[in-house]
Amino acid sequence: MTLLASSAAAWTAPVIDYHAIAPEIVLAVGLTVVLLVDLFTSERNKWLLSALTGFSLLGAALPVLTLALHEDSVRSLFDGRYVVDEFSLVMKGLFLLAGYVIVLLSSSHVEEGDYWRGEYWFLLLTSLLGMVMMASSRDLVSVFVALEFLSIPAYMLAAWRKRDPKSNEAGVKYFLLGVFASAVMLYGMSLLYGVANSTLLVDISKSIDLNGDFAAVQALAVVFVVVGFAFKVSAVPFHTWAPDTYEGAPTPVTAFLSVASKAAGFIALVVLLLTAFPEGRDVWQPFIWVLSALTMTIGNVFALRQSNLIRMIAYSSVSQGGFVLMPLAVAGGAAGEAALRAVVVYLVVYAATNLGMFGVILAVSRKTRSGDIASMGGLFSYAPALGVLLTIFLASLAGIPPLGGWIGKFAAFQALLTEATPWAYGLAVIGAVNSVIAFGYYGNVMREVWMRPVPHGDNSAIVTPSSLRIALGITALATLVFGILPGVVLHFGDMADLVGAFGG
Amino acid sequence: MQMIRDYNWVLSVGTFLPMLGVLVLLVTPKANEAAIKTVALLTSIATVIVGVFTLLNFNFDQAGSMQFVAQTDWIPVIKSTYFIGLDGISLPLYLLSMVVTLLVVIYSLDHIPSPGNPKAFFVLMLILQTGMAGTFIAQDLILFFVFFELVLLPMYFMIGVWGGEQRQYASLKFFLYTMFGSALMLVAFLAIFFKTGAESFAIPYLVENGGGIAKNAQVWIFAGMFIGFAVKVPMFPFHTWLPDAHTQAPTQGSVILAAILLKLGTYGFVRIAIPTLPDAAVEWAPWIGGLAVIGIIYGAFGCLAQTDMKRLIAFSSVAHMGFVMLGISTLTSFGVNAAVFGMVAHGLITGMLFFIAGSVKERYHTLEIAKLGGMLTQVPRLGWILGLCSMASLGLPGLAGFWGEFPAILSAYNPADGLNVTVYRTYMVIAALGTVFAAAYLLWLYQRTAFGTPKNHDHHDLHDVNTYEWVAWLPLLVAIVAFGVAPNLLFSIIDPAVQETLRAFGG
Repeated sequence: MTLLASSAAAWTAPVIDYHAIAPEIVLAVGLTVVLLVDLFTSERNKWLLSALTGFSLLGAALPVLTLALHEDSVRSLFDGRYVVDEFSLVMKGLFLLAGYVIVLLSSSHVEEGDYWRGEYWFLLLTSLLGMVMMASSRDLVSVFVALEFLSIPAYMLAAWRKRDPKSNEAGVKYFLLGVFASAVMLYGMSLLYGVANSTLLVDISKSIDLNGDFAAVQALAVVFVVVGFAFKVSAVPFHTWAPDTYEGAPTPVTAFLSVASKAAGFIALVVLLLTAFPEGRDVWQPFIWVLSALTMTIGNVFALRQSNLIRMIAYSSVSQGGFVLMPLAVAGGAAGEAALRAVVVYLVVYAATNLGMFGVILAVSRKTRSGDIASMGGLFSYAPALGVLLTIFLASLAGIPPLGGWIGKFAAFQALLTEATPWAYGLAVIGAVNSVIAFGYYGNVMREVWMRPVPHGDNSAIVTPSSLRIALGITALATLVFGILPGVVLHFGDMADLVGAFGG
Repeated sequence: MQMIRDYNWVLSVGTFLPMLGVLVLLVTPKANEAAIKTVALLTSIATVIVGVFTLLNFNFDQAGSMQFVAQTDWIPVIKSTYFIGLDGISLPLYLLSMVVTLLVVIYSLDHIPSPGNPKAFFVLMLILQTGMAGTFIAQDLILFFVFFELVLLPMYFMIGVWGGEQRQYASLKFFLYTMFGSALMLVAFLAIFFKTGAESFAIPYLVENGGGIAKNAQVWIFAGMFIGFAVKVPMFPFHTWLPDAHTQAPTQGSVILAAILLKLGTYGFVRIAIPTLPDAAVEWAPWIGGLAVIGIIYGAFGCLAQTDMKRLIAFSSVAHMGFVMLGISTLTSFGVNAAVFGMVAHGLITGMLFFIAGSVKERYHTLEIAKLGGMLTQVPRLGWILGLCSMASLGLPGLAGFWGEFPAILSAYNPADGLNVTVYRTYMVIAALGTVFAAAYLLWLYQRTAFGTPKNHDHHDLHDVNTYEWVAWLPLLVAIVAFGVAPNLLFSIIDPAVQETLRAFGG
């Protein structure tokens, strides 16, 4: 009783910088409003929900903008456990804009299906809130809470079409492996806390030096945490959930998982590696090297063999993840800043391109109702605009200049080669060979679009809803601008200073 | 190196004008074919006019300097700039790309290959033109890389959509080979960037500082560039995409591929790989020379074995590019002069041969040599033009082909310091034998197709050279004769630039 009283007396309410957490507040209010409005609107007026979701996201983006323009570029809350720095602002902006595009992609899909709409938007906003929190988390507890916040709604979204066994399979598989990953990670985190006596990442970095009596425990803790995130970003050999989940989940949810959810996993990984384990790099660098090489190669080889478009994209997104990991294999030392920049650039470009591709797939599947690659046959002949857009997105994913993807790959190679070691060159050559293999399957889809006949000779036009058109316009423009004027996206990468990393 | 910055807008306009045409084409309705053809024609005429303006303002007394130089920020974070310029090596190739595109557009007014859709066809052709012209003027490795890659997709679709029976296989093969090369090339570009202190991607800067890199590292970096460029040339043993791509591509695609795209590779050696990595170039040169002469003999034997006229011409490209690479591998100004002349000559002659092949196919509905014959009696003008181009291709003195081939062989007699003279003289003898084979396969081709009695009795589609063809072909034919009679027209422009490029090798 006295203990409780004394600690209660010592506790003072933290000073909260409301401007710094305004995006999170807007999202929290938004998702509550969506939930309430859903209760009191008739079926006819459910379209309101998608509009409200979109407005919440744009509304949350506003304070991100004002924070970025404000001269105090770094705001630290709760003793440095929650930090709003430029890195987190760039990532929050990415999540909110990607979320907005996903709303545009989803709205017609959700409204035409016969499932529950309100819950869809509510879960989407909740998951996005988790991601926005993840961008600022600098403490094991807040990282973990943000991770669960973003993951649990995503499990439910994957199983949203609950009368479809494939969707159920998607949700269950994602849930079981996701929870397993969380458990492994949590075990690693508990070891970290045991070694460092703190959950703050900056404090942990002082204790993790792979020296002394607990070197083995430290190494084990680092490996467990990295493995946990390897599941989240579907790095080989922890990728097995991805193809089934991507195929079974509703297509807009797949877009969400492969872009936003994956990006959140990557930034958490980057933050941990660069702020908590910089001195542990002798353990994680070789580990990431192997993960990256395996992820690129295995993802590609399996993608080549797919006949289902979404499964192919699932494996291709696994393989793209290998490219994001590539610069991290040398990060930690002098190459850390370049690696951070490369990851941010890659994620931004990849988000624009991949969302655009899902947009085209959604538009085409409204007509064909099929997930086969062959269903894209002759697209250019009867829907030239969609055909050209799909070509642009695929070519960008394959990394062909002057489309956005090349600058992502370029930044990754550049960061990797700042360390002129044989290991770096070896990984670069593996990456180069893989970028060629990748064209095998991207080119295969292009071949369907341009050179193959229309399946069943069905030349009827595709009706693209206006929300999809806007989404395609935004993503195509971004893909082209990033590719032709790469300075734009590299600028984001350059300003994305991560507080606490590089001794800062 | 001296930079002349007068008229620094002119190269950008010339390079990106086709993209303006693309934008106009995109908003032109697909059904209005007349308007589409007009836009494409006007765009390519305007491009050539800008090209002629460039030529007229080119300072011929300083052909070794970069001219019309423009440099502005592009990607400051990675120290890459929009840096363009033109010297005596770039000028002929830059203009050739513009002229060939115009001629191909003129030819296409009357010959849109199946399955039609001129809108997409011309859009791709104009994008190609921007990529080709841009590659020849880029003075920054990243810019070079972007332009170099820009040509890939349009050519992929041109072969894959408008090509022959095996078009999908051929187009994918073309794409994968070239992309494999350029991926390793990009790694090599990054490596040279970091090894020279991560200061700049500008080619003149790398030429100044590349020589300071340790020899061992140079050799590895050169290996990356070598694969990128050698696939594009294509050199034996990376050539296998070429016969398939050429055979399956539509006539227009073959002409552009032969006349310009192959030159991107050889140009890359002359402009980037050799001057920036001089020590590695000396190490690699004998191997390059060896592969070049293998290519000459292999290409010739390949030609002798072909039964398809277009495939034969494709294999002859392998042999001709072998001569070009042999000239480059001597690392002497004599050899590189011959090589650059050879690039232009091969562009004119082989481009022309592919035009002829397209027209033969249109008239006879086959390119199988055994089913052709008697062209001189049925379509005499076409037959005579084929004769002229065959002679030019086998290196008859007085026509353009001679000045690429003969000096290239001769240059191997006396390679640059540090190269093994015996090895090169052996190459010289083998290459000289190659010219005999070249005469054999071309004369045999001509004999079987043009002489004898006609085997084709279906006169339905037989008509001699029509107006569109005359307009598209005459400039090439005139250039073949003119450069053959007065080779100095070209050599006088090329030589100062070659001297400048090879400064590291003592001229």
